[in-house]
Amino acid sequence: MIIQALTFYLFATIAVAAGFMVIASRNPVHSVLYLILAFFTSGGLFVLMGAEFLAMIMLIVYIGAVAVLFLFVVMMLDINSVDMKQGFLQYLPIGGVIGAILAIELLFIVSSWSFGGDTSLIAATARPVVSEVGNTQSIGLVLYTDYIYAFQAAGIILLVAMIGAIVLTHRSRPGVKKQNITNQVHRTPESAVELKKIPPGQGI
Amino acid sequence: MEIGLTHYLTIAAILFTLGVFGIFLNRKNVIIILMAIELMLLAVNINLVAFSVFLHDISGQIFAMFVLTVAAAEAAIGLAILVIYFRNRGSIAVEDISQLKG
Repeated sequence: MIIQALTFYLFATIAVAAGFMVIASRNPVHSVLYLILAFFTSGGLFVLMGAEFLAMIMLIVYIGAVAVLFLFVVMMLDINSVDMKQGFLQYLPIGGVIGAILAIELLFIVSSWSFGGDTSLIAATARPVVSEVGNTQSIGLVLYTDYIYAFQAAGIILLVAMIGAIVLTHRSRPGVKKQNITNQVHRTPESAVELKKIPPGQGI
Repeated sequence: MEIGLTHYLTIAAILFTLGVFGIFLNRKNVIIILMAIELMLLAVNINLVAFSVFLHDISGQIFAMFVLTVAAAEAAIGLAILVIYFRNRGSIAVEDISQLKG
């Protein structure tokens, strides 16, 4: 139990520090790398809680896809990172006030949850986790039965996002020689080859 | 030393506040704002999974997966918009995005 607590505090400290460095770092590339660290330590927290499948999905989707996409875009855009932090202190007071208000509100919610009534009633009415099967199997048992329409809708959202990203970033440049498959297939010997009858001794 | 639900909720609250704070702080760089949004979605995911585990209800983890899906789609679309905006204007500062006057 003490090792679990120590692991939790280690991961929590790293996650909060990485989250702070994401917004405070001067270089956007460093921000992305700290974001990857925050995702990774959150995956560790998920494993600590016993949600292994979500932790692995987290690593694959967030780090493998989203963070690397961020990294590509940051390196692709030629951003001048020197004047990026202009006006950093200008918005510090209002941002600090709103952040403090939000933090206090969330603290109230958390403390009312922890000091409030007992949650065993809610836990009794909830869908019980099937303890014989693992985490992944119990997710699959629910995801493909009760939440099948939401699952399909998530797939449609991903499809729309994919098509949208391609349509947005695609540009057709004029004057670029490209292969036209249709023209190639419809090319016949009559239009491609011209036969000349050359009489002997004359040339063309 | 028992690590309970409150500890995870506190971590998620801190991360969410950092995300909101980051949106206000970085007014020059849209990429950092997108990353702050990802941070807030991460905090929401931690909340969902913590409630799911400590209340013995698997539905929270299902919804955490849906949040993950939406976060991935949002990152793809947001970065695509960012790329074409940078291609047109040569800058990604938030203050310059006022052409629509909406």
